[in-house]
Amino acid sequence: MKSHYSLVIIGSGPAGLAAATLAADHGLDVALLDEQNQPGGQIFRNMESMPASRVEILGGDYQRGQELVEAFRASDAHYFPETRVWSLNTQGEMGLIEQGMARMISADKVLIANGAMERPVPFPGWTLPGVMYAGAGQILFKQAGLVPMDGVVLAGSGPLLLLLAWQYIRAGVTIQAILDTAPLTNLLRALPHLPRALMAHHYITKGLEYQNEIKRAGVPIIKGISSLEAQGEMSLERVSYRKGLQRQQIETQCLLTHFGVIPHVYLSRAAGLKHHWDHHQQCLRPVSDEWGETSSRTLFIAGDGGGIGGARSAEHAGRLAAFQILYQQEMLTKQQRNQLAKSDRQWMREDLHIRPFLERLFHLPPALLNRLPDNTIVCRCEEITAGEIRREIASGHDHSNQVKFITRSGMGACQGRQCSQAVAQIVADQSNQVISSQSLYRVRPPVASLSLGQLASLFPEEQE
Amino acid sequence: MKTEVIIIGGGLMGSSTALQLALRGYKCLVLDREYPGRHASGVNAGGLRRLNRHPAEIPLSVAAAKIWLNIRDLLDSDCGTQFPGQIRVAENESDMQKLEARARQVEKLGYHHEEIIDREELYQLVPALSPHCLGGLMCRDDGFGQPFHALTAFRYKASSLGVEFRIGARVDQVDQFKGDWRVQTPVGSFKAPILVNTAGAWAHQISQNLGEPVPLSPGSPMMMVTERIPRFLDPVLGAASRKLSFKQMPNGTLLIGGAHMAKLDFNRERTEIEWRKLAVSARTVLALFPQLKDVRIVRSWAGVEAFMPDHLPVIGPGLEPGIFHAFGFSAHGFQLSPVVGQVLAQLIAEGMSEFPIEAFTIERFSSAKLISKQKVV
Ligand SMILES: Cc1cc2nc3c(=O)[nH]c(=O)nc-3n(C[C@H](O)[C@H](O)[C@H](O)COP(=O)(O)OP(=O)(O)OC[C@H]3O[C@@H](n4cnc5c(N)ncnc54)[C@H](O)[C@@H]3O)c2cc1C
Ligand SMILES: Cc1cc2nc3c(=O)[nH]c(=O)nc-3n(C[C@H](O)[C@H](O)[C@H](O)COP(=O)(O)OP(=O)(O)OC[C@H]3O[C@@H](n4cnc5c(N)ncnc54)[C@H](O)[C@@H]3O)c2cc1C
Repeated sequence: MKSHYSLVIIGSGPAGLAAATLAADHGLDVALLDEQNQPGGQIFRNMESMPASRVEILGGDYQRGQELVEAFRASDAHYFPETRVWSLNTQGEMGLIEQGMARMISADKVLIANGAMERPVPFPGWTLPGVMYAGAGQILFKQAGLVPMDGVVLAGSGPLLLLLAWQYIRAGVTIQAILDTAPLTNLLRALPHLPRALMAHHYITKGLEYQNEIKRAGVPIIKGISSLEAQGEMSLERVSYRKGLQRQQIETQCLLTHFGVIPHVYLSRAAGLKHHWDHHQQCLRPVSDEWGETSSRTLFIAGDGGGIGGARSAEHAGRLAAFQILYQQEMLTKQQRNQLAKSDRQWMREDLHIRPFLERLFHLPPALLNRLPDNTIVCRCEEITAGEIRREIASGHDHSNQVKFITRSGMGACQGRQCSQAVAQIVADQSNQVISSQSLYRVRPPVASLSLGQLASLFPEEQE
Repeated sequence: MKTEVIIIGGGLMGSSTALQLALRGYKCLVLDREYPGRHASGVNAGGLRRLNRHPAEIPLSVAAAKIWLNIRDLLDSDCGTQFPGQIRVAENESDMQKLEARARQVEKLGYHHEEIIDREELYQLVPALSPHCLGGLMCRDDGFGQPFHALTAFRYKASSLGVEFRIGARVDQVDQFKGDWRVQTPVGSFKAPILVNTAGAWAHQISQNLGEPVPLSPGSPMMMVTERIPRFLDPVLGAASRKLSFKQMPNGTLLIGGAHMAKLDFNRERTEIEWRKLAVSARTVLALFPQLKDVRIVRSWAGVEAFMPDHLPVIGPGLEPGIFHAFGFSAHGFQLSPVVGQVLAQLIAEGMSEFPIEAFTIERFSSAKLISKQKVV
């Protein structure tokens, strides 16, 4: 690895792959970094070493992944797998761990294409063994071919939950039930946006296709459930929920939940970029324009890390950012840029039509986020409950940073990734504030694991 | 009842002053531009250290240490305090000579809290220490506390005695109005005969506004904290010739400081971690404890603090009647805070303090003030 590149891209999902290939093909000196051991990102995880049978089960999108990775491999872009970025600033300086070794590199431009993470949503019993996120379940399948035992229950909402159910069914797993937490009113709110959404109808047809196959397999989809709870002594024994006025329960040893995905904003926040709270996507997003430009001249963003748009959008956004970087590096004229970027811009514009529909359809009910029972653990690293948090808010600590200082919520090993949103929601709810870009814990770097020895190995020339 | 004292800045100094004034029956209003503890007072290393204080600070620091030992009596909370001692470690002969000279200096001033410990005792107290060290200088009942908890305890106690705290109340303008000091803030204007400036790293803006400019520079010392590891260290450690403050917290995490500075954009109130300097910090820790190399760093941060050119605070009356200052603690104010409140309250209530504070006058910068005035002309 060199100590400087014209362009460093963080993340080799669809956004990063598309951007790297395009920029390298235009002669830019590009490095693509990813903490995984192969290119592909979340959607195409483990693609290059996956047996054909598993690719078949995962569904048609993998074809597209193959094309992206092949084009990238054929390009002159430098690729660094197992390389994790733990710091980033607006001068384009980055701290990395490359296969265990720490280093600092820099770039004229950095494209953040680090994708999304699952939205962490605490609920009673979520820390019991046997309960995990659907995304984690899917990673186990993509990575190692592991599936849950028969009788698994899926709960939550969002397209990925349906996708995973569909994939499990194809893998021969018996799903007991899918508990859909989206309130029935979501559909009513979404419907007015349907006509525009039909302009990007491939999403909707796909969603319907999943639903039909799930039904055909005899898996009950129970809609509009609330008060989800995981129960058991030492580990999960049953899932309990409310449907209408009645409480119901299902015996199971495995519950996979999913509440949508949100941008992975830790790098962009650590770099000090401007962010805004997106009330529709219910998450923080870096401020960026059509070309992926952010509040810093040096840093660009593309893909789900900039706001949830899915894998196809990520690809186009990656290309748009690459075009803009090529233009700013004077490798394309403005005219060339506009000419070449035409179809990507067109695609992005059409894709925007589906968003209002999907966002309303999968909007999480506020009660799920802020009405947790007092004895529910919110910060699992430090074992802090909703009640402890509410007590501190009541005594005047009405910002999540204050709550953090006084209770230690968010000070554990996950650096607050798991509880930041939940605490912000509880604070906002109890103190009648509107959640905003200032509501989450301040980000404290390093944003990824770094040992004292790794840090000590850096800047050997620097004296006391 | 009419407000008698307005305190600008609800950090440790402002809150402690408010508490001491309230104990003396004064009606105080504390104005802070942020939530209390947003800055240095909430994010510092929590070190309770008399060890290696500037001679002028020793009387205050010794008095503060007594209060901290029984802090519950004052604040109804122990503020997470523990007193396992603080040690400055000597890594070579010249370090040892430096520490011995320091011990003699403190003895000469009539104080006995700083003691030389030999190699054997050092390794009894810190068995995990790398074997190359020769001894140290120790304050046996120095220790540490939890800063945000301490600040909160000061605030709660002061509130319970009638002190009013207003947040989001940034003082933009100070002037005199019918014999009172009047301050303008986004949440209204307030007046009182007495004004206290405990605005931390912004205190020079207030004093400038009062016509009492000071050469304060805001700086932002960095800290790191690691994952939890099994207990191996009790005392707080520093080193004779390196920048270090190192302790293991009761929950097992390691807190690493040493006054290496982050990049600070003061106007945007943004700090950026300087990994270049934290790398030095990490090397210092590993020089003393090489076995910690695989311990993971969980967070780093920097707090904004007021530094004076001589690293001594300004504590005392201002140049105009009714003005009092306490700022510029140059990264060692946490320990002093209970006493600073007493000093200001005594000055306000009695016109004088039982503590020697000549070294901390704002007048010591008057010549600088003259020079800066001449420049303008
Ligand atoms: C767990 C999970 C599973 C998903 N599964 C699917 C799916 O099966 N189908 C689907 O359509 N959508 C899926 N999605 C949605 C997904 O976000 C998009 O489909 C798509 O992958 C977004 O592409 P991207 O290029 O923006 O980011 P991603 O594909 O997420 O790629 C980002 C890459 O950045 C890397 N990265 C992140 N942080 C760092 C760092 N600090 N240092 C180095 N590398 C870093 C990651 O390892 C990752 O490879 C999933 C999302 C999640 C969170
Ligand atoms: C990282 C770090 C580590 C440290 N470690 C130690 C240690 O181990 N031991 C030790 O003894 N000391 C330590 N210190 C120093 C100690 O934290 C400070 O000396 C002390 O907190 C100063 O308190 P303060 O009240 O003066 O300042 P602050 O806490 O900064 O309070 C000043 C307040 O004034 C407010 N304010 C400013 N301007 C205005 C305005 N115009 N209007 C209204 N309000 C205003 C601010 O919002 C702020 O809340 C450390 C400091 C830092 C940053």
